[in-house]
Amino acid sequence: MMNFDYVRPASVADAIAAASEKGASYLASGTNLLDLMKGGVSRPSRLVDVTRLPGLDRIEHLPDGSLRIGALVRNADLAHDAAFARNYPVVAEALLSGASAQLRNAATVGGNLMQRTRCAYFYDAGSACNRRWPGAGCDALKGENRLHAVLGWSEGCIATHPSDFCVPLVALDAVVEIEGKSGRRELPLEALHRLPGETPERETALERGDLIVALRLPAEAQGFARHARYIKVRERTSYAFAVVSAAASLRIEDGKIREARLALGGVAAKPWRAREAEHVLAGASPDAAVYREAARAALADAKPSGDNAFKIELAQRIVVRALTLAAAGTPDRIPALPGSPFSSVAGA
Amino acid sequence: MNLPISLTINGVRRDIALDDPRVTLLDLLRERLDLTGTKKGCDRGQCGACTILVDGRRINSCLALAVSHDGAEITTIEGVGRGGELHPVQAAFIAHDGFQCGFCTPGQIMSGIGLIQEGQAGDDPERVRECMSGNLCRCGAYQGITEAVLEAQSNMTASKQRRSA
Repeated sequence: MMNFDYVRPASVADAIAAASEKGASYLASGTNLLDLMKGGVSRPSRLVDVTRLPGLDRIEHLPDGSLRIGALVRNADLAHDAAFARNYPVVAEALLSGASAQLRNAATVGGNLMQRTRCAYFYDAGSACNRRWPGAGCDALKGENRLHAVLGWSEGCIATHPSDFCVPLVALDAVVEIEGKSGRRELPLEALHRLPGETPERETALERGDLIVALRLPAEAQGFARHARYIKVRERTSYAFAVVSAAASLRIEDGKIREARLALGGVAAKPWRAREAEHVLAGASPDAAVYREAARAALADAKPSGDNAFKIELAQRIVVRALTLAAAGTPDRIPALPGSPFSSVAGA
Repeated sequence: MNLPISLTINGVRRDIALDDPRVTLLDLLRERLDLTGTKKGCDRGQCGACTILVDGRRINSCLALAVSHDGAEITTIEGVGRGGELHPVQAAFIAHDGFQCGFCTPGQIMSGIGLIQEGQAGDDPERVRECMSGNLCRCGAYQGITEAVLEAQSNMTASKQRRSA
């Protein structure tokens, strides 16, 4: 690990000033950043420790019905907050399907949004990677790429975004609050992460010094609490990144889907909102035929980036399953357990 | 660079002058404080051998910078027994053969203690397995580990009820 200066600012303004220097990086819990630094993938010359910044660790219910989650709230604390799990079960389910209990105890909300891809070629400092080294090329294109992107990828980069948490958030129109050199601004979460295009090294819309201070869920996001599921398939039962995941949230009234929200994980360089599928579902009766049509719409633009054509079919099946389970009703207990060969209870 | 920090480790306050900001809690415990019960497996947050409690919560000490945890209260495997008496989770691991080579065991036990405090698993073995998935055991002692955590939890609940009765 390259050495660095360590600073622990007392205020957001001091943090922004300290992080505006070239080579500086914010440090929250560090569950992703320290891993990347140990591998020589991230080489910050200065770490700006934001974990002691006051006021960023609160979950606030705002008068307009929206929810404001401070960037330093720990993933486990958010997922186990009873009111949060009741109002936004699909988000709690996604949080609890990610990482391990130890990591969820440490990892922060802001850090989860800022985690980097888990592409093995990005992680291997000896491989060519346009994200790490613009213009170097992409070894994943001709490498082991069965888990790589099927939507929104470019010849420059086929990596996926690894977050579970971000998938339902993007479906529920979450907003990111950012403090930067020119003050405070907001961004829809959907606009935070970028598709690779010609500039895969530009992973987010953040500028140097920008600090995510909070995440907001709008009031209408609670309207999906009764019919919401996050379904994640992975290569082992627990503690693995998604091969494909889907967050499905439905508002069902009088036997019809009034409104649907759908997003996919593990398929692109950003959490993937499937608006075409939402249009298919809106106004329809909740049945298998319409779920299949929605799944086809969600993956209509998908194409394999390597040995991963199976993910296009798999993603459609996961969409159908997530919609079917969401329509059946949010489980009483979050998380419903993943289907395990050892399970004593019926899995999802 | 001199970074003074203060930690309470297993109930004892330690004032430490860190000479390097890169030192993780894991390396601090093992290499500088001679507390080698906490194990270094992968050093990348994948195996759970380095699990400790920080302010009562289980975390991976390999992915935690010591300097960032100034003021924290830390419990390691060396601090869970009382005098000559084993912690109920330690005793249950012995009773249920929850290990073979023993390398992952301190992390498993600290994780089990953390899990019981979190109170999320109940008495469902499937939930215990899910909540312990951050601790790998290459000997494959998972059956005994699950049984040990369940029994320790049940013993600890029973003795808590006796105390409050």
